[in-house]
Amino acid sequence: MATRQTRTLARLMMAPAVVLLLIWMIVPLSMTIWYSFQNYNMLNPAMRGFAGFFNYVYFYTDPAFYQAIINTLFIVVGVLFITIVGGIALALLLDQPIFGQGIVRILVISPFFVMPPVAALIWKNMIMHPGYGVLADVSRFLGLQPVDWFAQYPLTSVIIIVAWQWLPFATLILLTALQSLDEEQKEAAEMDGANFANRFWYLTLPHLARAITVVILIQTIFLLAVYAEILVTTNGGPGYATTNLAFLIYRTALLSYDVGGASAGGVIAVVLANIVAIFLMRAVGRNLDR
Amino acid sequence: MKLRSALLGACSVVALSGTALAETITIATVNNGDMIRMQRLAEDFTAKHPDIELQWVTLEENVLRERVTTDIAASGGQYDVMTIGNYEVPIWAKQGWLLELNGLGDDYDVDDLLPAIRGGLSVDGKLYAAPFYGESAMIMYRTDLFEGSGLEMPESPTWEFIGEAARKIKADNPDVNGICLRGKAGWGENMAFITALVNSYGGRWFDENWQPQFDQPEWKNAFQFYVDLMNDAGPSGASSNGFNENLTLFQQGKCAMWMDATVAASFVSNPEDSTVADKVGYAIFPDTGNGNHGHWLWSWNLAVPASSAKADAAQTFIAWATNKAYTELVAEKEGWANVPPGTRTSLYENEAYKEAAPFAEPTLAAMNAADITNPSVKPVPYTGGQFVAIPEFQGLGTTVGQLFSAALAGQMSVDDALAQAQNVATREMTRSGYIK
Amino acid sequence: MARAVSTRRKWIATAAAWVVALVIFFPIFYMVVTSLKTEPEAIAGISLIPSGTFENYVEVQTQRDYFKPFLNSVIISLGSTLIALLIAIPAAWSMGFSPTRRTKDILMWMLSTKMMPAVGVLVPMFLIFRDTGLLDTRIGLTVVLTLINLPIVVWMLYTYFREIPGEILEAARMDGATLMGEIVYVLTPMAVPGIASTMLLNIILAWNEAFWSIRLSAANAAPLTAFIASFSSPQGLFWAKLSAASTLAIAPILIMGWFSQRQLVRGLTFGAVK
Repeated sequence: MATRQTRTLARLMMAPAVVLLLIWMIVPLSMTIWYSFQNYNMLNPAMRGFAGFFNYVYFYTDPAFYQAIINTLFIVVGVLFITIVGGIALALLLDQPIFGQGIVRILVISPFFVMPPVAALIWKNMIMHPGYGVLADVSRFLGLQPVDWFAQYPLTSVIIIVAWQWLPFATLILLTALQSLDEEQKEAAEMDGANFANRFWYLTLPHLARAITVVILIQTIFLLAVYAEILVTTNGGPGYATTNLAFLIYRTALLSYDVGGASAGGVIAVVLANIVAIFLMRAVGRNLDR
Repeated sequence: MKLRSALLGACSVVALSGTALAETITIATVNNGDMIRMQRLAEDFTAKHPDIELQWVTLEENVLRERVTTDIAASGGQYDVMTIGNYEVPIWAKQGWLLELNGLGDDYDVDDLLPAIRGGLSVDGKLYAAPFYGESAMIMYRTDLFEGSGLEMPESPTWEFIGEAARKIKADNPDVNGICLRGKAGWGENMAFITALVNSYGGRWFDENWQPQFDQPEWKNAFQFYVDLMNDAGPSGASSNGFNENLTLFQQGKCAMWMDATVAASFVSNPEDSTVADKVGYAIFPDTGNGNHGHWLWSWNLAVPASSAKADAAQTFIAWATNKAYTELVAEKEGWANVPPGTRTSLYENEAYKEAAPFAEPTLAAMNAADITNPSVKPVPYTGGQFVAIPEFQGLGTTVGQLFSAALAGQMSVDDALAQAQNVATREMTRSGYIK
Repeated sequence: MARAVSTRRKWIATAAAWVVALVIFFPIFYMVVTSLKTEPEAIAGISLIPSGTFENYVEVQTQRDYFKPFLNSVIISLGSTLIALLIAIPAAWSMGFSPTRRTKDILMWMLSTKMMPAVGVLVPMFLIFRDTGLLDTRIGLTVVLTLINLPIVVWMLYTYFREIPGEILEAARMDGATLMGEIVYVLTPMAVPGIASTMLLNIILAWNEAFWSIRLSAANAAPLTAFIASFSSPQGLFWAKLSAASTLAIAPILIMGWFSQRQLVRGLTFGAVK
């Protein structure tokens, strides 16, 4: 229907964003691919040269590699699970008429404004520390042995911290979606004598499907890249218990200064992220087109 | 350049560029107490050198190391003075990344620098960094608890004695940990201690052909001893304890013994922060009767990157910050006990310092005992006491540190940790071309 | 009867919501409390009543001036947000009002540019920045943050614009409105809430970005994320001081978030609402 003129105009309007992002993608990506085939350790500049696929093989055969992939998935899935289930529950709760709704909402969304290193520091020092943390004090008060979170449940601890940061985001999106649910529909269902579980399952949840996919899509992008929280709290350990792909690349790039290896890791991560993305976008595409 | 001017034009609203007549040098430094004090006292420098302005980039150790390393390796030229460890100095100097310090002035008494420290900062007899403060490792212990358990710290304790003492004190005082040691993963955290421990057990990281030695009995003995001791008499959550955590535990009276960097002595003996200030004794780092006391030697140093365009001003600053006059300035303003230790012989001949710092003599003894060229009783192809001075050590040491910290946390057996460490190290050393 | 039930339900919901909200907020609250304690108090065990000393804040300020990194954070996050909006609004506009078969693919491709792990491209980026003289400049950081957040901005605006019914435009056109008039009088008022909430979200993301902002800056352009890095893990456990620095670093964005909460929420749907 659009005329040729408006189509040209539309393209022109899109051009700056597309061109900039194209540059932003191509330049670093091609440099990364180039370096991934080079022997290039920043601390040993003499040993430069073509490396073939060696960097890939070396990164892939790293003893931590498989665990890093599994940990990455655990972090993504674990945080998504907590934030979506928790987010739905919170959204349902905040959708009720309650006293002091404004303040409650402010309190709930606050963690989203905290920068990741600060969040990690608060949790590590003041909440989960086995000696001086609040949780340790509480367990001592209850007569229990304090839990050494980062030694006994390292990955769980990291997941809790990251989930705490993302819970507000999920809650907000789900709450907005919930509030758009037609009052009449809700009332009609109530009239029909549908109980809460039924109403939730047949009316609310389908209505939230789109919001949930949006949360999954956006959060996954950020969760695949989680590393600051790990660096501050566990340094990837104990063992490889909290080493995820992003942290493994970090270790290669900023502890070993192995640019070639880190680039190969970066390329592997991009490929894996895109595999995840294809799955996701199928799902999202379907859900968003409805 | 085109890109830059285009961007400048586009964003001129955002741009606020400062122009100054005086020469501004940018100093990258660590957020440790002594450096923060230096920053506070820098007014003295700017008063003497009105033509030089100072700009500080103060960061925590790991972030700082990342940033200065990236900058120097890629000649970013963002800094004029860098605070780096004696781990980096020889490696970087050999790459030609550091300027030789030859403009420190006539009154800069180079021969006064402690020989062990100076040796670690020189390549081919040229000095590439000036030490700001230095440290070795020693035992800090609670004299009251030792007395209470009827123990006496020998002149030169062995690990065997330390193990028995720690367990005995723990049994006598259930609220106190017999010993506190580093457990947090990192090449500068648990691996610093464990490497020194293994040195004193007669072990080494690599043999003359760069073959990793984790499969040797020395490592097994030393590491098993460490894990057992920490399980029997160490604090809970030890696998996340680094220098800071142990310092606090000791200051709160929760540790009977602590083996760590000598700089800790000034913190544990300071009554303002420490509840046990008047009950601390010092002794040399233990050995196994072989006379090897770990050879721990660390110094924080100021160096000028070759990419700096203001090398003269940078050297002027370094001369100010590491000269005897600076020591006197700190003593005058903040007292002798707060003077940066471990760099100059003259400090340890100063009566005022010796009186204010009861830990002066054990510190000097520990530093003089450290020989980073021969850290083990066996021959080694590397230098370094509690580290191995090769570029690969940061990454390798951290990975091995993670494995060891898992063994301490009980998530892995000692044998598994050592076997995996051997595997990881062989892999890395082969890759880097050490193992042919 | 029904009224009594609903009041009781309201009280129960209120109690539950408050408990959950306080638990979620507790770490932040406790950080602020700790910042008002002395150092020994900070590790002396749980206590919610500090001795109320402001000494930590004074010490933080004397050790490192807060104002410069604060100003950098403001300039960089506002600057990158405004530039991103300038670039994204036309793009989202044309995607929203004249979508083609490829619109969705373009959007997804834009989002996928965010999947490159930052640390993997650090060295190439550092080299580019060095050669263009952008290291440690606010312009450099602004550019990077603009590009990092552009995909999210485009997407958010697109989903918002798409909800604006096309019929309104046609009605306006019938009334003889010009294209300019259309944009200024009809569309802009309708789009403002979406743009506002996009802007807020982007400011938050830019403010909290802690990888590039630390690694591509030194003395001149260092924002508050680098300010935090100069207080974390020094020798000794200075939790009270660290808490004070952390409070200073997040306070501006937290307060902005609190005040603009309604605007933020209104547009934060990403097309999730039909």
